[in-house]
Amino acid sequence: MTDAAIGAPTVTTQEGAHTRRMLAILWAILLIFPLIAPNNYIINLAVFFFINLILIASLNLVIGYCGQISLCHGAFFGLGAYASGVLAAKFDVSPWLGAVVAMGMTGFSALLIGLPALRLRGHYLAMATLGFNAIMTVLFNEMISLTGGPNGLTGVPPFSLFGVDIVTDTTFFYFAWVVTGVLMLLIYNLIDSRFGRGMRTLATSEIAASSLGIDSFRYKLIVFVASALMAGIAGSMYVHFINFASPETFSFFTSVFLVVMVAVGGWGNYWGPVFGALIYTAVPELLRAFKDLEIFVFGLSMVLVLLFFPDGVVGGIRLAKGWILRAYTPKAGDAGR
Amino acid sequence: MDFEAKLLQLIFAGISTGAVYALIAVGFNVIFKSTDAINFSQGEWVMMGGLIAATAIGAGQMPLVIACIIAVLAVATIGGLSERLTVFPMRRPTPILITLITIGLAICTKSLVMLILGKLPVGYKPFTGETPIKIAGATIHPQSLWILGITAVFMVATHFFFERTTMGKAMRAAAADRQAAALVGISVRNSILISFVIAAAAGAIAGVIITPMTFMVYDNGTMLGFKGFSAAMLGGLGNLYGALVGGLTLGLLEALAGGYVSSQFKDAVAFLVLLLVLFARPAGILGQRDITRV
Repeated sequence: MTDAAIGAPTVTTQEGAHTRRMLAILWAILLIFPLIAPNNYIINLAVFFFINLILIASLNLVIGYCGQISLCHGAFFGLGAYASGVLAAKFDVSPWLGAVVAMGMTGFSALLIGLPALRLRGHYLAMATLGFNAIMTVLFNEMISLTGGPNGLTGVPPFSLFGVDIVTDTTFFYFAWVVTGVLMLLIYNLIDSRFGRGMRTLATSEIAASSLGIDSFRYKLIVFVASALMAGIAGSMYVHFINFASPETFSFFTSVFLVVMVAVGGWGNYWGPVFGALIYTAVPELLRAFKDLEIFVFGLSMVLVLLFFPDGVVGGIRLAKGWILRAYTPKAGDAGR
Repeated sequence: MDFEAKLLQLIFAGISTGAVYALIAVGFNVIFKSTDAINFSQGEWVMMGGLIAATAIGAGQMPLVIACIIAVLAVATIGGLSERLTVFPMRRPTPILITLITIGLAICTKSLVMLILGKLPVGYKPFTGETPIKIAGATIHPQSLWILGITAVFMVATHFFFERTTMGKAMRAAAADRQAAALVGISVRNSILISFVIAAAAGAIAGVIITPMTFMVYDNGTMLGFKGFSAAMLGGLGNLYGALVGGLTLGLLEALAGGYVSSQFKDAVAFLVLLLVLFARPAGILGQRDITRV
């Protein structure tokens, strides 16, 4: 049944092959996107779509698959961006090496928060991550000699490959296409593995999982650290793409919005984050026309989506599919009764 | 200023901001008790309380007391209305879904306030003048005394409501065991509605008493809510007296960190201590360890 409070449907091998095929088709279509995009602005938005997709898909692992609320994904994103950006801008470290150091830092801080907080059942991760986000925001703002403070970090160089800088929207698009594609495949392989099946049991019932011999603490910790590493990668991509970082991009609000987007897309569903990232990237641009009404329309539509489709956009599509199938199937059910 | 006077001064400042955090934390706790959800709109209600009172005094030319009462009643009504419009119609009101809905609610509330009441910071005169009171070398703003007094009265009233009235006892029963409460005829749905009204009123009172000291803008709500939630966690989520202890502790931590460590890093220091406390006592200072029977 798809009625579970947190959707963690079982994956069969056939479904696994199907999902991988869908991913391959989606990525093949995205490959020609820059050729059909009307202008650079749209390609630029597509790059942000990839970055948001990494953020939301990695957070979905923690929320949707482990049933834990993390409120500092924005801070991991920021730590990735600032670590990699500061190293490149102030210490002339190669962006590639900087990105690796940034990943190490986000992974290590996730370990520090996760070790004490994930041992306990309940809202503890939400609390600890909330505090961590507050601390990071203060550090980004106040370590002015390194981060540039509220004015932001400027002069971050781009990534370069074989002596060519990845600077234009189109080249960065293909770079993000590769990185995001690999990460999305990795995420699917994680879900569709022995580890992933154990992990999904956690979201449904931690007690049941423990009774089956799943070390819930170790599972949650591994997933939390992995999701922080991916947020760190997204941060490095962001800072070397726009060559700038500002503390407000990585505030508590960002963390909250990312959680919301996981839910709006459909939590615990592999495709949910794709819709979440699409909405998170496109809707604010579309709502520009409303000016001051923009935020209100955004909040209202979020309430309406969650009220009518508690399983997010993916849940809504599943409902619609059910209605259509029922409407076009002969009433065999009545005859059989 | 000598050491004792400075310490005393910081303690006074910490206690008065801490009292405001405690009021906001009460709101979080009441809703957490009845729904198991974290209410992200709490801070917006604080902001709305301050802004409505300021508008009633400024544009409405009303006397201070009337304006403050109107603000609290208006926000309490909005709190109840929010519950009826969003939580009540839910088919499966899971805690995580209610939590997420309140984020949407917070966004709507903030932007509506901005559209209707404007983007400018507003304030009004303290309740009884601005002549500071001197005690042992330190000075206290008279408004601080009002904050402490009103918080104390509110805490006693809330205690009385939950311990002595039928409605309060029914709400505690519903919080303890929803099904059992429903079986003896308690409406769990109504107790959620009342918890939203109480939480909104607590938030609005916090907003009304802090605005004369700090001014209020439409986007102050999130930060205030964030502090209130931290206070609630620190004291023990869902524990009424925990809110008071947590609020005062957080207020003092911030004031002392700001005074002795560094004013830029005061939030970081306060939250670092908060994390350490949570790791040592996960259920909060007054919270009890949750024992689940398997």
